[in-house]
Amino acid sequence: MDFVTRGFQGRPRGRDDRLPPGQYLTGDFPVLSAGPTSNVDHDEFELWVATEDGTRHAWSWAELMALPAETVTVDIHCVTSWSKLDTEWRGVSLDTLLADVETAADFAMVHSYGGYTTNLPLEDLLDGQAWVAYGYDGDDLRPEHGGPARLLVPHLYFWKSAKWVRGIELMLEDSPGFWEQLGYHDYGDPWREQRYQGD
Amino acid sequence: MARAAVPGGLSARRAWREATLVERRPETDSAVTLVLDVDGWPGHLPGQHVDVRLTAPDGYTATRSYSVSAPECGDRVELTVQRVPDGEVSTFLTDGLAVGDAVRVRGPVGGWFVWRTGQPGPVLLVAGGSGVVPLMAMLRARDPGAPPFRLVYSVRGPDEVIYRDELAVLAATEGVEVRLVHTRRAPDGDGRPVGRLRESDLAAPGWTGEDAPTCYVCGPTGFVEGAADLLVALGHAADRIRTERFGPSGP
Repeated sequence: MDFVTRGFQGRPRGRDDRLPPGQYLTGDFPVLSAGPTSNVDHDEFELWVATEDGTRHAWSWAELMALPAETVTVDIHCVTSWSKLDTEWRGVSLDTLLADVETAADFAMVHSYGGYTTNLPLEDLLDGQAWVAYGYDGDDLRPEHGGPARLLVPHLYFWKSAKWVRGIELMLEDSPGFWEQLGYHDYGDPWREQRYQGD
Repeated sequence: MARAAVPGGLSARRAWREATLVERRPETDSAVTLVLDVDGWPGHLPGQHVDVRLTAPDGYTATRSYSVSAPECGDRVELTVQRVPDGEVSTFLTDGLAVGDAVRVRGPVGGWFVWRTGQPGPVLLVAGGSGVVPLMAMLRARDPGAPPFRLVYSVRGPDEVIYRDELAVLAATEGVEVRLVHTRRAPDGDGRPVGRLRESDLAAPGWTGEDAPTCYVCGPTGFVEGAADLLVALGHAADRIRTERFGPSGP
């Protein structure tokens, strides 16, 4: 080791192999947002998907609730270095939402109430990897954690799991979202520690 | 939302640099300012933070983010660290790191929660506890002719006020207001009943939603949630409220 902080030993190791590099475990559920918590009523809620040719699909809250739901238990990893294991969510798989959507897009921009955006490759939203989640730990998802509904893409850093999700814009070409324009990584794989652009 | 210019090219900002402690300044019983000398530091904006990495002899590392507390000044980077109970990194930085010791840092990080010199319009800063640190960097960067700043700073008691003496000097400066809010223990003669931040702490002539200050709110999650909701209720536009949260939240 070429560099050692004099006197630093750190916590006992016994590292959990479910913890990506540079992450530490938390039992709490920290909150990170760029602005105030959005409060979105169920009767004004609408989730949309728009394709590259402008075709729009939309679901009201009642229509979203009527879709087949899944309960999933996943580990989540925040770019600010906390990880939380075995979190339980309930929501609709994006495989279900996108089943009848015709598109040639390779990328998606996810839009939130409040104006937040984040970009992902479309393939990371498919094949059982992503959900629109409205339940957490047996309860409704609380607003500070993204309720009424948020994206859940647990295999990427958690800023990709946009809170207060409102729409998914399918794109032929990639384009950076909110944090991605501010220097965070376009993809954000915690296992490759892709925190910032260039990592 | 435009692509924001922040100091340092990407490769400069993501490189780990050796940082040597040149000065420690106790601020309260549990907070200390660390002045680091960072070779080749690319500079930073008020409000940005840095990643600090500690390395153990077996190669184990622990990394946390800390806000910078002072404006850009050559290779000097000042952090104010609040000791977190059982905090692996914060307890080492507040109690273990001695002048002459080295850690590694990279950054600056974050281009959203920043105030730029020359940015138009008044600035409303709302701090809870050690959330004052990045806001202090903004206050310290303010030129005498800049738009007005108001800091509303919530602490549990008078002994927890970080930067107490300097805030008193700043509060006497033209264009700067400082209001301390005590949630549990107030000093003698403080006219405000103790208690959590409320609308009357934030409402003031010249600081309404119509005056459209840019609001920066920083503190623990519960504090930021409450303060941002109060600002929205007072008529501040959500897109003028920038938040930075740290620490765990309740269940």
